[in-house]
Amino acid sequence: MALSLLTPMFKVERDEELCIQCKVCMRQCVNGVHWYDEEEDRMRCDHKKCVGCHRCVVLCPTGALTVKKYPLEFRENAHWTLDYIRSIYLQAETGGILLTGMGNDRPYPVYWDHMVLNASQVTNPSIDPLREPMELKTYLGRKPKAVEIKNGKLAEKLPPQLELDVPIMFSAMSFGSISLNAVKSLAQAARETGTFFNTGEGGLHRDLYEYGANTIVQVASGRFGVDPDYLKAGAGIEIKIGQGAKPGIGGHLPGEKVGPEVSATRMIPLGSDAISPAPHHDIYSIEDLRQLIFSLKEATNYEKPVGVKIAAVHNVAAIASGIARAGADFVAIDGFRGGTGAAPLRTRDNVGIPIEFALAAVDERLRREGIRNEVSIVVGGSIRNSADVVKAIALGADAVYIGTAALIALGCHLCQKCNTGKCNWGIATQDPYLVKRLNPEIGARRAANLIRAWAHEIKELLGGMGINAIESLRGNRLMLRGIGLNEKELSILGIKAAGE
Amino acid sequence: MGNFCEYLPSGCAISGIINKKGKRFNGERILESIAVMHERSNGLGGGFAAYGIYPEFKDHYALHVFYDSEKARTDTEQLLQERFHVDESGPVPTRPVRAITRPPLIWRYFVQVKPQQKEKQIFSVEADDYLVATVMEINEKIPGAFVVSSGKNMGVFKGVGYPEDIGEFYRIDEYQGYIWTAHGRFPTNTPGWWGGAHPFTLLDWSVVHNGEISSYGANKRFLEMFGYCCTLQTDTEVITYVFDFLVRKQGLPLELAVKVVAAPLWSEIELLDPEQKELLTTLRAVYGNLLLNGPFSIILATGREILALNDRIKLRPLTAAEKGDELYVASEEAAIRKICPHPDRVWMPDGGEPVIGRLQECIEKETTESAELA
Ligand code: SF4
Ligand code: SF4
Ligand code: SF4
Repeated sequence: MALSLLTPMFKVERDEELCIQCKVCMRQCVNGVHWYDEEEDRMRCDHKKCVGCHRCVVLCPTGALTVKKYPLEFRENAHWTLDYIRSIYLQAETGGILLTGMGNDRPYPVYWDHMVLNASQVTNPSIDPLREPMELKTYLGRKPKAVEIKNGKLAEKLPPQLELDVPIMFSAMSFGSISLNAVKSLAQAARETGTFFNTGEGGLHRDLYEYGANTIVQVASGRFGVDPDYLKAGAGIEIKIGQGAKPGIGGHLPGEKVGPEVSATRMIPLGSDAISPAPHHDIYSIEDLRQLIFSLKEATNYEKPVGVKIAAVHNVAAIASGIARAGADFVAIDGFRGGTGAAPLRTRDNVGIPIEFALAAVDERLRREGIRNEVSIVVGGSIRNSADVVKAIALGADAVYIGTAALIALGCHLCQKCNTGKCNWGIATQDPYLVKRLNPEIGARRAANLIRAWAHEIKELLGGMGINAIESLRGNRLMLRGIGLNEKELSILGIKAAGE
Repeated sequence: MGNFCEYLPSGCAISGIINKKGKRFNGERILESIAVMHERSNGLGGGFAAYGIYPEFKDHYALHVFYDSEKARTDTEQLLQERFHVDESGPVPTRPVRAITRPPLIWRYFVQVKPQQKEKQIFSVEADDYLVATVMEINEKIPGAFVVSSGKNMGVFKGVGYPEDIGEFYRIDEYQGYIWTAHGRFPTNTPGWWGGAHPFTLLDWSVVHNGEISSYGANKRFLEMFGYCCTLQTDTEVITYVFDFLVRKQGLPLELAVKVVAAPLWSEIELLDPEQKELLTTLRAVYGNLLLNGPFSIILATGREILALNDRIKLRPLTAAEKGDELYVASEEAAIRKICPHPDRVWMPDGGEPVIGRLQECIEKETTESAELA
């Protein structure tokens, strides 16, 4: 092979004083960075292979390791940054599309960080969530135009709903893109915290059927793993049209990741590539989508809410409105920072719009059409902490999806190499040796802890605003003020500037 | 849809009386009651709602309107003439009171929907909607005009000042009504605008309110979906619209509307029998955005009943009392004892527990109706 022109991204430094040559790092780094030099009787490393996942750093028993940004600098150039130069070397070597994992990492504005929240003073007491009730329960699903009462009794039943104890769900991550232990961790955490995980387009592994009551089963363009039992197993169904990290394109799970378990779960031959087409080949219009929604409802006896997930793109408000009218019970919108197991780099980094704008536009549009209350909105793709959740709900969401944050709770260090299948943390991999590293019980505990911690924080923030139920925050944009935003941005978000 | 509704927090005194037999009594009594709670107001707003005061026009919509200018008046009157039969009009009688300065022009009109409109709008519900639309149009589009009340056989008298001065100014001792409510305002911020005082009304609804609704933004945006515009600067307006929406538009019984605005906690709903549980779960799931969240006590009146209600965790005071055919509700017991020293019963309703006083004729009518249905 010709000489690669790529320079290392990271520099692994070992404190020789501390190192006891236990070789833990060597065994832990699946990228083969660390090796033992017998002649010299010392550990060495190949910096070039390091992806900065911190596995070795965390596991080194003596704390001998540090991973730094490689100190090599190109001549300063505001236009030709390191990433762009490296991309060209890489493509010159391979002639291929650049692939990556996780979400858009470009320095676009993060609008969550340009919004601040309100709190009560004097005239309206703030509420202490430790002493007073503080309610986060949320129902996702279609709501009637009016509750019909006859003789003081309910004349018509509420359509099927997803009952959430906290307005946070785990977003779609398929078994295949992440390990079974990762899915199990999330499923168990969802059950413990009264929320839902989403199968993604990977089907439902037989071990996960027991979590049905906390499962949203996804139906994507590849229809992998979809059969009547699967549809009936979940509490709700989500049709995946698009994903924030790669709007407009499908998915590709390479054959080497399709081992016996993935193959059985996805209902495809062992070792075959699992290719999700870009569109659903039976959906070329909104009427077709309506048919799919209703055939799924029909297949499940109208007992499950059926939602539709789309990527946040320019025209998202009109699309969401069409979806609501097509009969979807909830619309899930995935922002342009949403994560992925694998996506073309240029698509991930350049297609789609910020979820904050998409959400504000969809909520406003549905309100203007008078149908916002009939359909639920779930947003995902960049929620990093409880304050982001609160801001999303104040902007108009019913609930949020978290993906990246959930994986970080399981140990992900955001190395963005999910597409390689060599996740040192046992998450985005099918390699049994790596998968073992994630103990699903510990994973479940960590993910559940995250949800509980955020729930506590959300309650604190609500209490500060003098609100004791999440529904009083939903769409309550007066609780938000913008900082450092121009008039247009403020008007799209539908909020006032701080000080106004 | 701009955020033109400023949010103005306030603390206040409220009081209300109903004679359940429909016997009318003089406005002096409510005046005495609200005056006891002088400390709870700061002279920046006071007002009264009275029901049964216009028996000679009981089938007409009685419009009380504030004008900043003669132009506002002529514009409004032109619009009214176009759309309604205006059978009687004139300034609302007032007497000079030293403490009351710079009142607007205050007029009243007794109107009925024109027959040709009636053909298009056959049902009285639609006549109501037509009137509401006109009221909203006047408030929004005619600068300097503001409709204070628009119900039948009722009227609102309010302004900037202590309630006792406002009552004096409007000569409310010259009116007889079977329901009276009153309000003294302590705004932490005010434009000193007459229209901003309570009660706030829509058709027959009137609301006086003490407290602050932290869910204001959520409530307001929900209501805007259904054509309500918040032109005012208080959340009392929002409370009125919430009830109008739930009861008049959505057809919920008042008792269930209460379960929306002061929803029981999920943990309480959990303990109910399955049928009740399903009903209340449905109400919360569907109308959650109309939960009034934050400290409040309100007295809501229609021509048929009064309803007094606290927020669900009772962060504002409210006392109720009964004597004979009369039901009293007020922020403080003293305000009741002043006009009824020896009530048969006095109690402090729990958070979210409504106190409802209904005209007996209405109750009787309902019982016969439901008997017929059965
Ligand atoms: S384990 Fe991760 S951080 Fe450590 S050397 Fe390997 S790739 Fe680099
Ligand atoms: S894990 Fe740490 S102590 Fe062990 S060989 Fe590697 S650097 Fe040395
Ligand atoms: S899931 Fe694994 S491979 Fe993907 S970013 Fe996280 S640590 Fe890296």
